Amino acid sequence: MSILRFSWLGPRVLLAAIACFACSDAPVDVAAPGPSALAGKLTLSGSSTLAPLAAEIGKRFEASHPGVRIDVQTGGSSRGIADAHSGRVDIGMSSRALTTSEGAATREHVVARDGVAFAVHADNPVQALSGDQLLAIYRGELTRWSEVGGDDAPIVVVDRAEGRSELSLVADYFGVVPSAFRAGLVCGETQHCVKTLVGNPYAIAYLSVGAAEFERDRGAPLRLLALDGVPASRDSVASGAYPLGRPLLFVTRASSPLSEAFLALALSPEVADLVSGQAFVAPR
Amino acid sequence: MRRAEDRLLRAFVVSSAIGCASIVLLIFGFLFATAAPAGAELGVWRFFSDPSWHPLEGRFNLLPMFVATVAATGGALLLATPLGLASALFSRAYAPPIVAALYRRLLELLSGIPSVVYGFWGLVTLVPLISAWQPPGASLLAGSLILAVMILPTVALLADAAIAAVPAATVAGATALGLGRASTLRRVVLPAARPGIVTGVLLATGRAVGETMAVLMVCGNVVRMPASVFDPVRTLTANIALEMGYAFGLHQASLFATGLVLWALAACLVLAAEWASSGQMGERRA
Repeated sequence: MSILRFSWLGPRVLLAAIACFACSDAPVDVAAPGPSALAGKLTLSGSSTLAPLAAEIGKRFEASHPGVRIDVQTGGSSRGIADAHSGRVDIGMSSRALTTSEGAATREHVVARDGVAFAVHADNPVQALSGDQLLAIYRGELTRWSEVGGDDAPIVVVDRAEGRSELSLVADYFGVVPSAFRAGLVCGETQHCVKTLVGNPYAIAYLSVGAAEFERDRGAPLRLLALDGVPASRDSVASGAYPLGRPLLFVTRASSPLSEAFLALALSPEVADLVSGQAFVAPR
Repeated sequence: MRRAEDRLLRAFVVSSAIGCASIVLLIFGFLFATAAPAGAELGVWRFFSDPSWHPLEGRFNLLPMFVATVAATGGALLLATPLGLASALFSRAYAPPIVAALYRRLLELLSGIPSVVYGFWGLVTLVPLISAWQPPGASLLAGSLILAVMILPTVALLADAAIAAVPAATVAGATALGLGRASTLRRVVLPAARPGIVTGVLLATGRAVGETMAVLMVCGNVVRMPASVFDPVRTLTANIALEMGYAFGLHQASLFATGLVLWALAACLVLAAEWASSGQMGERRA
């Protein structure tokens, strides 16, 4: 009988947790009635890297089209592409190039460019690592910072969860499969990686160049490592010199007046301030 | 008049009960149906015999995550049970009534804090602390510690209620026999309250098994059989939360299979709780 009385404890707390988790990627939700040619709801889903920028563009779009509500959901690039393909959302968001099969029957629009950078804690004396050293670290062949000129401490290798676009980009770059990596920790969303890095002076992780610079500029103790001698920065991504660059894409299948109008804004120079505000690079 | 009312109430109550039961069955049915493609294509055994968990490369081993879930839960229980019991004894037998009432309100407050809050605290405070001692910090130990804090109110409040439910005459009898407070508690009150305490522990176990966000943030999420409490682990719930967002096809089905394993684990716990609360208590009353 005590089961009956107290069983609310678990579910309610779990629900609260889910609600709070969801609000970290809070969808834009400010609909105000008013005269506008366009009305209705536009939904986007996909890459958590691109979501904050999409939400900002959505806010600006809503400001000039009061009858429109833009709903931005995360879930990863592959989900965004699949959702756009199946018509579950109007626009999918991807932080990697589409594969041949994914590209069929969809249109892609480059909203911004970004890169994937390896990063360490700012207290870590290591300033640069070669591609070979990085691969050796991620394969578990190089396990102490002292072997690459750092402190005498074990390297905490932070990997990404199976299926994340950053994981496939990095594995492709090194020409290995993701299972070749020997992770010490695994993180999910970019924010999770940032917090993990900030909390561990001997960790190394890879994450969005834009997101990492954004966090660093706001005081997070991170250092982005140069890759093959090219510094990981907005500038090198913009010039195309950075080897691990990636496009940030909006993916559509069917088009509607509403989605066309939104894309027109998203691809125009009018949102350049929002793109650079998120530390991404405007498309060339 | 009375009869008509009774019939109406009966119909309402019966249909509500059927509704509640069918929700559980629907969830099971959904899980089973969505996990079935994975079971059909891979066979159930591969979830326990594959070399690793890399669904995109066709490897689907769930065993390290099952072990991690059981180990993290076990560790949390090992910490929370004695603390919860001590806390209940304090509030029922040693604390002045005003302090005891205030103390119980505090515990209730503790149970209402969302798990992400614990998880976030764990990620920015606890994990770096452990890391300074035994890197990488995010580990089975961190998960067990966070879970212990989270289930402590459940254990403490249910033990508290169970002790409060021990008949006053039983305690008075013990006192009349000349037993001191410590002996009364140990020899009379605790045995009498045992079924309620066990139920509380089992409910807390259920909560620990199902907890997701906090363990996702502090456990490290590496799919590997843990060799020590300082090794990072991934629990079944964290596996679903990490990868479900963008999983497709067989990968998605294998995550639903993860859910099915979790469901089975929870079902076993409920059965154990049922046995502990009704079976044992029935025996005692007979």
